[in-house]
Amino acid sequence: MKRSVLTILVVALYFLHQDYWFWFSAEPLAFGIFPVGLFYHAVYSIAVAVLMWLLIRFAWPDHLEDESGPPVSSGEKPS
Amino acid sequence: MIPALVVFAYLGVVLYIGIFAFRRGDRGGAAEGYFLANRSLGQYVFLLSLFGTNMTAFTILGSAGHAFANGIVTYGLMGSSSAFLIPLTLYLFGTRIWALGKRHGFITPVQMYRDRWECGHIGTAIFAMQAALLVPYIVIAVMGGGTTLSAVSGGFVPYWLGGLVVAAVVMSYVFLGGMRGTAWVNTFQTVLFLTFGAAAIIFIGISIGGFPQAMQQLLDSPETAPLMTREQVAPRFFFSYMLIPLSSIMFPHISIFCLTASKMGQFKKTIIFYPLCILAIWLPCTFLGLAANAMTDVPGIEEKIEARATLADERELLTSAETADLQRAAAGDDVIILMLEHYAPLWLAGLLGAGIMAAVMASDSQILALSTMFAEDVFAYYGGASRFGPAVQVQTGRIFVVVIALVAYVIALQLPPGIFGIAVQYAFSGFTTLLPLLIAALFWRRSTKWGALAVVIWTASTMVAVAVLQATIPAPVPGTVVSVWAINGIDVVTRTPGGTAVLGFMPVLPMLLGSSLLMIIVSCVTPAPTAKTLARYFSTPHTSGHVEPV
Repeated sequence: MKRSVLTILVVALYFLHQDYWFWFSAEPLAFGIFPVGLFYHAVYSIAVAVLMWLLIRFAWPDHLEDESGPPVSSGEKPS
Repeated sequence: MIPALVVFAYLGVVLYIGIFAFRRGDRGGAAEGYFLANRSLGQYVFLLSLFGTNMTAFTILGSAGHAFANGIVTYGLMGSSSAFLIPLTLYLFGTRIWALGKRHGFITPVQMYRDRWECGHIGTAIFAMQAALLVPYIVIAVMGGGTTLSAVSGGFVPYWLGGLVVAAVVMSYVFLGGMRGTAWVNTFQTVLFLTFGAAAIIFIGISIGGFPQAMQQLLDSPETAPLMTREQVAPRFFFSYMLIPLSSIMFPHISIFCLTASKMGQFKKTIIFYPLCILAIWLPCTFLGLAANAMTDVPGIEEKIEARATLADERELLTSAETADLQRAAAGDDVIILMLEHYAPLWLAGLLGAGIMAAVMASDSQILALSTMFAEDVFAYYGGASRFGPAVQVQTGRIFVVVIALVAYVIALQLPPGIFGIAVQYAFSGFTTLLPLLIAALFWRRSTKWGALAVVIWTASTMVAVAVLQATIPAPVPGTVVSVWAINGIDVVTRTPGGTAVLGFMPVLPMLLGSSLLMIIVSCVTPAPTAKTLARYFSTPHTSGHVEPV
């Protein structure tokens, strides 16, 4: 998956948090108990987990681990 | 009394974990061993401990109390926004902090800023700013411990003794176990409140005859129906609240924790599962807080609802003292405890009390972070480590743990809790305003130490300005605002019942915009760090504008 697509997904999810369309609605109650605005944000949290999986699957910054090098011994200060 | 005994047993277990970590740890005196667990945490401890570190008294008690008063908006404001931004910042920034820490041997973020921008005292200013924002958390945790222990023992354990016991237990396992002990205790605590939080929902749901009936009752009442929507919350306020979780990665205990992973791969499960952990904790707390409005048979809850109704109906007639009394009476921070006492069997109430204590005691990471910063950024930096050796440095950190715990306990006894509740609110905005420091250090090679100093000064100034404004202009009654500064009839700054608003947004939005602009402008007009330093942070030369940060 292209990084540009992932970037668009991240930005889109940021703005999808502002769910103005459910602002004044309580119903329908999901599973008979969750007001729709609360249920939306619960589903949103699951969608975030999926997005995070996509980021890790397709855009994990492996180069950071490669370039981090061997650990500096304790007590040694950076130059 | 049984719940109190269970809680004391729990305190004994976490103390033992600290002792066990001390025995297993490196007692040779290496700073990295004590402060970072030798950068050796595995993925599950890393996930559960990092999540537990972010779960505070506010998460369990405060979120339910907020939902009791404000309804479902609580989850969107604080739950789902954190579910999105905290893992995202771990992915974008946490992994880079880890890589730089491993490569250059950093133990604190201030070490990175000093090295990256070739500065000394400006680093000390960053340390002072971060420490000032962190202290209220530690104090409020001691207060929460005292209150919770007193509540679960039915008043048998007084507030002063409860706070003392909590401060002593946290101090002991942080003192002994360092990062390893703190991470293990946090892991244990997270498992505890994830498990028993689910049990609480089930028991309360069964006891009240199912939640659908309670929700229908709330929908049918004109007083409670608005709690099922977000009609009482301005969309601009909601939007600007989305910036608050950006503060998480700037909290020193979180950025220091990023350095403890044994491999960068340990971040993967944390980043994926963090939103689901948020869902598992915040959704039940929000839902129970909302549902509490239908549980008028629970002693204590009906009084709160009556106090809230009086506030709404007679606000024009009340004196400020009466308003304050009613606001205290209507506060819902203890609704979960009240529901548990009423609905859960004694043994479960005890276990849940221990779960609540687990969240209340989340100050351990902050105490350790402050101790780490003092030992590394002040004691070691100003020559202590080279003069006295690493073993003395670790002992200094341990002594600082004791000093912080004692000072927090004394302050908790002396001052009213409201002050620190407000200070904690400021801390979130303050750490978010400091975010340009981290972004500039990691991604912008042209950023300078003077830009960093400008960000610190701006953060301190704007926080003081907001505090002075809120201290001099009393909070208006709910549902109204006081215009502080208007241009052509448009309210620019207003005093709201909950704080301050700038063009309807929370102050954090202009604060963050201001600090970002200052970092850019001041950096552009001041000398950049040397090429040698930049080469250690950026692997490709700055030719096409694309920079690959190390």
